[in-house]
Amino acid sequence: MTQEAQDAVGDYKYGFHDPESATIRFDKGLSEQVVRDISELKEEPEWMTEIRVKAYHHFMEREMPTWGNCESLQSIDFDNVTYFLRSSDKTEKDWDDVPDDIKRTFDRLGIPEAEQKWLGGVTAQYESEAVYHSIREDLEEQGVLFLDMDSGLKEYPEIVRKYFGTVVPHTDNKFSALNTAVWSGGSFIYVPKGVHVEMPVQAYFRINAKNMGQFERTLIIADEGSSIHYVEGCTAPTYSTDSLHSAVVELIAMEGAKIRYSTVQNWSANVYNLVTKRGVAHKNATVEWVDGNIGSKLTMKYPAVLLKGEGAHAEVISVAYAGEGQHQDAGAKVHHLAPNTTSSILSKSISKNGGRSSYRGMLQVTPKASGCRSKVVCDALMLDEDSRSDTYPTMEIGNASADLEHEASVSKVSGDQLFYLMSRGHTEEEAMGMIVNGFFEPFTRELPMEYAVELNRLLELEMEGSIG
Amino acid sequence: MTEVLLRVENLHVYVGETQIIHGITLEIKRGEIHAIMGRNGAGKSTLANVIMGHPAYEITDGTIHYKGEDINEMEVFERARAGMFLSFQYPAAIPGVQVGTFLRKSVASVRGEAPSPREFRKELNEAMKQLDMDKSFLSRYVNDGFSGGEKKRLEILQMLMLQPDMALLDETDSGLDIDALRIVAEGINAVAEHTGCLIITHYQRLLDLVKPDVVHVLIDGKIVESGGPELAVKLEQEGYDWVDALA
Repeated sequence: MTQEAQDAVGDYKYGFHDPESATIRFDKGLSEQVVRDISELKEEPEWMTEIRVKAYHHFMEREMPTWGNCESLQSIDFDNVTYFLRSSDKTEKDWDDVPDDIKRTFDRLGIPEAEQKWLGGVTAQYESEAVYHSIREDLEEQGVLFLDMDSGLKEYPEIVRKYFGTVVPHTDNKFSALNTAVWSGGSFIYVPKGVHVEMPVQAYFRINAKNMGQFERTLIIADEGSSIHYVEGCTAPTYSTDSLHSAVVELIAMEGAKIRYSTVQNWSANVYNLVTKRGVAHKNATVEWVDGNIGSKLTMKYPAVLLKGEGAHAEVISVAYAGEGQHQDAGAKVHHLAPNTTSSILSKSISKNGGRSSYRGMLQVTPKASGCRSKVVCDALMLDEDSRSDTYPTMEIGNASADLEHEASVSKVSGDQLFYLMSRGHTEEEAMGMIVNGFFEPFTRELPMEYAVELNRLLELEMEGSIG
Repeated sequence: MTEVLLRVENLHVYVGETQIIHGITLEIKRGEIHAIMGRNGAGKSTLANVIMGHPAYEITDGTIHYKGEDINEMEVFERARAGMFLSFQYPAAIPGVQVGTFLRKSVASVRGEAPSPREFRKELNEAMKQLDMDKSFLSRYVNDGFSGGEKKRLEILQMLMLQPDMALLDETDSGLDIDALRIVAEGINAVAEHTGCLIITHYQRLLDLVKPDVVHVLIDGKIVESGGPELAVKLEQEGYDWVDALA
């Protein structure tokens, strides 16, 4: 890592990078031809090529969002992004068959070990495509489909065609258009009626190359009365130039189904993380987003739930940590479109060393959605005077019967807390780490244990060397 | 000769522009219990906090020696690791941090190494039993939503687990009912034999249960009178008016 890069990102544990080993690498920059080439290379059906091309044109015409962090968004150089990079010729089912250098990366990230211990299935994506994929046999026997998205399209084109872009259309925003045009990788999951996937399945996304753009596309369908917990982890190496991560995630929970989607994104401080995540909950279904954002240069991400069927429930728990030079613009959106739907949003953010965290939320209750209940809680914790926290809640309430609660708080670490913890033998940094971990605890306790432990460790690491 | 743990000499302390302590001298040996009594605002809590190293207080004159060493430059956590302990009058809440985790981490910090999980559990069980504390305490968040009495019990539990050489107990008896007071007093007595104790209190009732070797009366930041346990009894009976004349 160059000194310049080190200075830019501070102490980022996953900042190592391995030599690039591309088998196919596209030239930088985007054009209709690049889009067509990606599609052709993947031997996609004609209809997918057409969707991509349409989305490409929409992306070119669409204005940048005029909110979030406009200045930072304007500085993205779309001509300096590599839109497709294939690092392995196929997706392996055995870690031993994954190319050595790539396998080493995932070993260092602890993925094969986690798989053995507690996961029902794993996809590991390196740059644009999955390099490893496995699912437990018992899940396969129950008809659970868990593939990388490219294989999903190849093997189950009729399911993909039916649902792709129905929750997040390419016209949704500039970055959903970009993703639809150049998407590669991501997960495809279908859980049959009544099947409960007890162990979480995990996807791990790793950007290794410089100026890489990663545009994974995930589609999860939980059929009637089924349930699944999907876990996603992300890291990237530390470079002095920027990378772009722009994913689209679509969740569909049929009647009585439950989908929980847990994320801990730990990008290095040179990654633009601009992601559209949205789920649909049909009658009595539940969609839960457990969304953690640490690192990145700019994150704009607002996991959303459309409560379409009566009695549906949405749960969004999100945390954001903004350190030096970072802006976390995160939040949640819930649309109550049917009667007696309920939602709960808990957002917690920490800013430190001049970092900025913003909560941006949308709560909508349509006129026909009677008897809805929603609770929104936003807590911000600031660790010093230089940092910044703002809240932009929007409410559109079209039905007077709605029962709504909104609480917001901004707090600082108190001198009394620090003195108390230090009087028990903890250094100021350790004390700060405990307070921060405690603040995030309502989020951490929702994570699988291995992730929770890792997150706490990461936050403690963030506190080190930061107090002068 | 018994080891002198704490020696405070001619201590003068300011908070901002205001002088709180006007020249206190005090010496506590291992195994001794000293009580500091006085009205609200006399500077009792300030004395405890400044000995522990609270950054809001400025020492303008005088010294504090602990185990023979001037600790003026010592960080708060270093004092804790060297065996000093403060039981807070108003312990801070740390939301999201479970009592069990907090105790384990604190014991590891103060002792310099993590105790084995089995050893730790055994010690903790014994201490909690002694203080009549329910196991459910361990999964609650540190002082978060605790009643006054629960907070004080947690302070004493920490003292038993951290096994300090020098314990500063700031109004540990306030907010306790009579049963809780007895339990807390037993906790203090359990460590007192090997520890130096400085007990800050308004009332004599704790001193009926924890016998002080020396009682000091603090008025306007000065010790105006020192004596044996009989001094506490006299204060209880006659109030503070008679010592005002000494100030």
